[in-house]
Amino acid sequence: MAMHALANRGKLISVIGDEDTCVGFLLGGIGEINKNRHPNFMVVDKNTPVSEIEECFKRFVKRDDIDIILINQNIAELIRHAIDAHHAPVPAVLEIPSKDHPYDASKDSILRRAKGMFNPEDLVR
Amino acid sequence: MSGKDRLAIFPSRGAQMLIKARLAGAQKGHGLLKKKADALQVRFRMILSKIIETKTLMGEVMKEAAFSLAEAKFTTGDFNQVVLQNVTKAQIKIRSKKDNVAGVTLPIFESYTDGTDTYELAGLARGGQQLTKLKKNFQSAVKLLVELASLQTSFVTLDEVIKITNRRVNAIEHVIIPRLERTLAYIISELDELEREEFYRLKKIQDKKKIIKDKAEARKQAMLLAGQDLQDSANLLDEGDEDLLF
Repeated sequence: MAMHALANRGKLISVIGDEDTCVGFLLGGIGEINKNRHPNFMVVDKNTPVSEIEECFKRFVKRDDIDIILINQNIAELIRHAIDAHHAPVPAVLEIPSKDHPYDASKDSILRRAKGMFNPEDLVR
Repeated sequence: MSGKDRLAIFPSRGAQMLIKARLAGAQKGHGLLKKKADALQVRFRMILSKIIETKTLMGEVMKEAAFSLAEAKFTTGDFNQVVLQNVTKAQIKIRSKKDNVAGVTLPIFESYTDGTDTYELAGLARGGQQLTKLKKNFQSAVKLLVELASLQTSFVTLDEVIKITNRRVNAIEHVIIPRLERTLAYIISELDELEREEFYRLKKIQDKKKIIKDKAEARKQAMLLAGQDLQDSANLLDEGDEDLLF
């Protein structure tokens, strides 16, 4: 019953990214601040320490109202070990390209797991 | 060799029947699991190709979205802080449904719009058109990303399940079935040996009986020769006392 109620409630998408990415997705309408004033997004600039990003990522993973975590690939690269350690299917961690870093498929945690299952030409866009 | 790896079971007819039934069950299960693994593999490959397709598309959509952001900034001026501070409730939320592939439940995410736009008035003074375009672009990006997320989740789940299924298939094929076969062979050899022993035992008894009978016969003959006639008394004793032989 509790599971059912949980499944019915709308889940959130969270973002960890640079300012522009966050602003874009917030305008897209995914931003939410919960009762405890915790936002579901995190703005990372060049002064943000890696430990803080990692902590934030872990907090997002633990929250049960978040189903998808979007993270800029250059930031994902900083906390790669934490992302690789996340094996559960929910929340889904999605690496997205940022404004000034093009998307590199070979760095993606998921695609790296899939490596060897398909031919390398498919990877190169 | 024979005692290397088999079930600890007493070799009897009953146990033989039991093991035979278990072996048949294991073989059936192996076939079914193999089929399941194949079905999952098909689905897995389908999802994989879809993921690659969607990731390619995502690159383009994100590029367009980032470009429209720059456009909006150019006309409206910097609105980053305004947006970041004015967050209240999410407009786009996710519902998850369940899909079933060969007994494996895969979560499917679905985005839906709920409530009003928090930034309704953003860009009222300037650059409203650009902001609207920006919102639309990012909303479509979110839709695509949600789709990608459900593909990716299915991918991870299926990957896990395929691994487990393959492990089971291999375990049955290389451990359980050989062990059952060895047990069965052991029981059969043991039963054969018992049968041979039993046969030999019967033969031996027959021999013994024959010797005793011969001896008695010889003694009787000797007594007869000595002049004593024991025919009658012997007949009385022996009456109705036939040897029972199997």
